[in-house]
Amino acid sequence: MAHALVAEKHPLDDLIRTDRMPHIWCPGCGIGIVMRCYAQAILESGIPVEQHVIVSGIGCAARTPGYMNLDSYHTTHGRPIPFATGLKLVKPELMVTVFSGDGDLAAIGGNHLIHAARRNVDIKVICINNFNYGMTGGQVGPTTPLGAKTTTTPYGNPENPFNFPYLLAAAGAVFVSRWTTIHARQVKEDILYTFHKPGFTFIEVLAPCPVGFGKSNNIDEGVEEMWLYRRRCVLAGRVPDETPWEALQVDLREERPIVVGRFVDEERPVYRPVRLEDKPSEHRG
Amino acid sequence: MKGRAILTGEHFMHGDHACTEGAIAAGCRFFAGYPITPSTEIAERMAQRLPEVGGVFIQMEDEIASILAIIGASAAGTRAMSATSGPGFSLMMENIGLAVMMEIPIVIVDVQRGSPSTGLPTLPGQADVMQARWGSHGDYAIAAYAPWSPQEMFDLTVLAFNVADRFRIPVMVMSDEVVGHMVERVVIPPEEQIPRWERKRPTVPPENGFRPFLAEDDDLVPPLAHAGEGYRVHFTGLTHDERGYPDMSAETHHRLVTRLVEKVRRNADAMIRYEGYGLEDAKIVVISYGCTARSARRAIGQARAAGIPAGLLRLISLWPFPEKPLRELARQAEAFIVAEMNLGQMICEVERYVAQPVIGVNHAGGAMIPPAPILEAIEEVATRGARIGRRKASAG
Repeated sequence: MAHALVAEKHPLDDLIRTDRMPHIWCPGCGIGIVMRCYAQAILESGIPVEQHVIVSGIGCAARTPGYMNLDSYHTTHGRPIPFATGLKLVKPELMVTVFSGDGDLAAIGGNHLIHAARRNVDIKVICINNFNYGMTGGQVGPTTPLGAKTTTTPYGNPENPFNFPYLLAAAGAVFVSRWTTIHARQVKEDILYTFHKPGFTFIEVLAPCPVGFGKSNNIDEGVEEMWLYRRRCVLAGRVPDETPWEALQVDLREERPIVVGRFVDEERPVYRPVRLEDKPSEHRG
Repeated sequence: MKGRAILTGEHFMHGDHACTEGAIAAGCRFFAGYPITPSTEIAERMAQRLPEVGGVFIQMEDEIASILAIIGASAAGTRAMSATSGPGFSLMMENIGLAVMMEIPIVIVDVQRGSPSTGLPTLPGQADVMQARWGSHGDYAIAAYAPWSPQEMFDLTVLAFNVADRFRIPVMVMSDEVVGHMVERVVIPPEEQIPRWERKRPTVPPENGFRPFLAEDDDLVPPLAHAGEGYRVHFTGLTHDERGYPDMSAETHHRLVTRLVEKVRRNADAMIRYEGYGLEDAKIVVISYGCTARSARRAIGQARAAGIPAGLLRLISLWPFPEKPLRELARQAEAFIVAEMNLGQMICEVERYVAQPVIGVNHAGGAMIPPAPILEAIEEVATRGARIGRRKASAG
């Protein structure tokens, strides 16, 4: 007989494929925190679980759909957004979330990212940014800071990184926020908020990757990066009025603020396929 | 007023438009594409027609996005198609493998042009036919059809959807610029005469432990659960077990990939299409497809008029390859001639099944192969056949 203080069932059990545990993520990885936020938001969304669909590309974050007990699609590298676009357009009643990483979404899938934002197609993007390609062992990515060391930039990264909020705001996303894995409540709240916000929404979550990025850049433990977030994160408002673009640059190695918050939250017409049902049309053959 | 989905009747119709009408008649309600000559008219007509019938047209940012969008739409339960030409077809290759691995039906039309690279955008080619079969990495199998007329642009597009849905595979319509831009009589039958093969769907409710990649039937096709139906299915391009879960074992990999290939092999009779002209007593058999088969048909007519027993085996399905009729013809034929607008692709397949000499009539593309070089090849074989036979023998 179970002890009165031992919970036999967690409220999120139904949303997790527990038969797939243990997961593949490394000790200190931040992805699981964000997955939990997503699951909690689904639970609180009031939208039936059957209507939630999760789509990913390739990489560590992209393994999340495999652990979520939902209709889940683990597509090819960089391609979750166009897959999600097709799926959403034929079944608009579904809540389609793209859950993937910075390399998947901003490098190989970068073109799809900006075009989906431009179209304002109604999909929800959660992007784990750990500043490197973790799954392949810590290579430079499109968000790796200038000068940072990775296995393919052993002398320091000679390239400038993309800045997600800047990029997405410019491309036309109607909602853009950035948090870190220490902001579990804010992440969950924003996911929940975007479920009810029509249009292309984008939530960036900075996450520790001690094995891939940390080890080469003197952030040896996941918890050390969490402390770093706690010490340096500064809440800021809308871009560009309340937060200058330059402030959005992130470099964990420098003693400078990490700016987090909701940077964009506006209304724009959502992409809808053309329908002639209510319009007269001339038959052609 | 909504437009009619099926334009039953006789038309004088452009090949690319006939393809579009075939798709819509087959129930295609999602098209994602990117403009590329000589397939653009398909996208243009889709943009006009799909909104009339309650479908969705979207022009994507590239062909990679296009194929992903149709896979996504099909995963949600809608018949979906894209159309392209060589450069775009190349961009789609990786994700043909994704559709194979996820077993999500899609139809891709390749209106072939002169290639490689940018090649001859406005002029015909038939050099993507091996790419259709082998272009994505790894072992897999698909179906591909080669229409030779606007009528077949309609008919084979309908068939492509049926084969894709029935067997959960990507199916290609390998047209060419000549057929795509040809205007000819097209008869669109009434709705009840348009064949419809349905997707195999789950027969158990979600709570009964549905295993989405368990193929229990002899056809090796598992039932397909669509997004939003409550089955909470996992689809991945990774090697997966019957539950759809990733499984990085050699055993599971071998079992999965073997089933995906065997699925097409075992059901090949339902997919294979071909047509013969004058084959009953043919000693010289010409094999051709697409626009080139039109010239080949004329050439064998001319050969017959000159008293040469020539016949034509027209490949309608390129993949699966119609090996059975070829094996049968190998019992009577003295030589085979393969006419195709490339430097020798389907000829490799013919050579796999016959011991007789196989002669290619080839051109790299840019203009139709006229009947004359095919007729010349027939005449040469007819007059010097024995010598060719000896040459083959000594080479073997």
